[in-house]
Amino acid sequence: MKAALRRLLPAPLLTVALALLWLVLEPSFTGANVALAVLLAIVVPIVVAPLRPTPVRIRRPWTIARLVLAVGHDVVMSNIGVAVAIMRTGGRPLRPAFVSIPLAIRDPNALAALAMITTVVPGTVWCELARDASAVRLHVFDLDDEAAFVADYKSRYEGPLAEIFEGRGAHGARRAVR
Amino acid sequence: MNAAPSLVMETIVGLLVIASGILSFVGAIGLLRLPTFFQRMHPPALASTLATWAAALATIAYFSAIGSRLALYPWLIVVLAAITAPITTSLLARAALFRVRAAGGDAPPPIVTES
Amino acid sequence: MSAFLTHALDAALALYALAMAGALLRMLRGPTAQDRVLALDFITVNGMLAMLTLGVRYASTMYFVTALIVALFGFVASAALAKFLLRGEVIE
Repeated sequence: MKAALRRLLPAPLLTVALALLWLVLEPSFTGANVALAVLLAIVVPIVVAPLRPTPVRIRRPWTIARLVLAVGHDVVMSNIGVAVAIMRTGGRPLRPAFVSIPLAIRDPNALAALAMITTVVPGTVWCELARDASAVRLHVFDLDDEAAFVADYKSRYEGPLAEIFEGRGAHGARRAVR
Repeated sequence: MNAAPSLVMETIVGLLVIASGILSFVGAIGLLRLPTFFQRMHPPALASTLATWAAALATIAYFSAIGSRLALYPWLIVVLAAITAPITTSLLARAALFRVRAAGGDAPPPIVTES
Repeated sequence: MSAFLTHALDAALALYALAMAGALLRMLRGPTAQDRVLALDFITVNGMLAMLTLGVRYASTMYFVTALIVALFGFVASAALAKFLLRGEVIE
């Protein structure tokens, strides 16, 4: 029973997301439209299952919600910061810098999420990852204090992602790094 | 359909759209003013994040007001921009590092792994 | 539509156009190939924003579809160009 359900719904989160997406795009709650949404949401994950490189396991919905809110807040704040820095004429010059950060997470999905978060926040761009994923190099638009930036980056993004994708507590390996 | 939106709603939509335009324009100024490529990599993020959010929010507010039901579909643009913009920027950053190193320019060497 | 909203939408469209012109200048000036690709990507993002704004201006949902298509084509173009630069054939 459980195995059959697993075969029918290989990625339950993807199923829910697809059904919701369809209903948001075509917001009519007639029987035919809802049936089409459910049908697509069940068939598409089965068809694309061989395309997903590694299985994704996501835990702790509250950590996800908090991370999304934190990233949204950071995007707004650093947008304002970068805009002010561009328009400013006098004062101290900008301090662009490459920063290397040692990483504790290894899950490819977690690393992909970290890369997206880093680059979507204005002012930091994910440049390259070491071959064994042990360190990453970022370019920072205006770097004030490197040690503080690295600590902040690890506690704000890497810690929650380790909890979500790898199920490790934020107080394990992370303490030693800071 | 086509109920007239209130003046307050129209003012909010107008302010959001202007904010989006200004952010985008500042991004272009950054693209022109900053001296090196690695610095110029950052300003386009203004257009693809907060400017897109503001424009999508304005679209959602306006079409919800005239259609008298919540029109959430412009949020899809925000999701699309959030997924695609980092891929382009990050690919370009790697390409730039590669090309600057190949030309013997001023770029940090590849990360050496300890293990 | 109130006069304020009309003017706000026109102002935003003008700002997008100016931003595109600035990026076009960067694209023509270079100096490196990655600068040009970056400027092209910025132009397509602004084109998408202009489509969204035009949709509000003329109260038509059709512009939303155009915005999606502009965004998708812009992404495919910039990703392909960036990948091309990454292979290094331009130098070698």
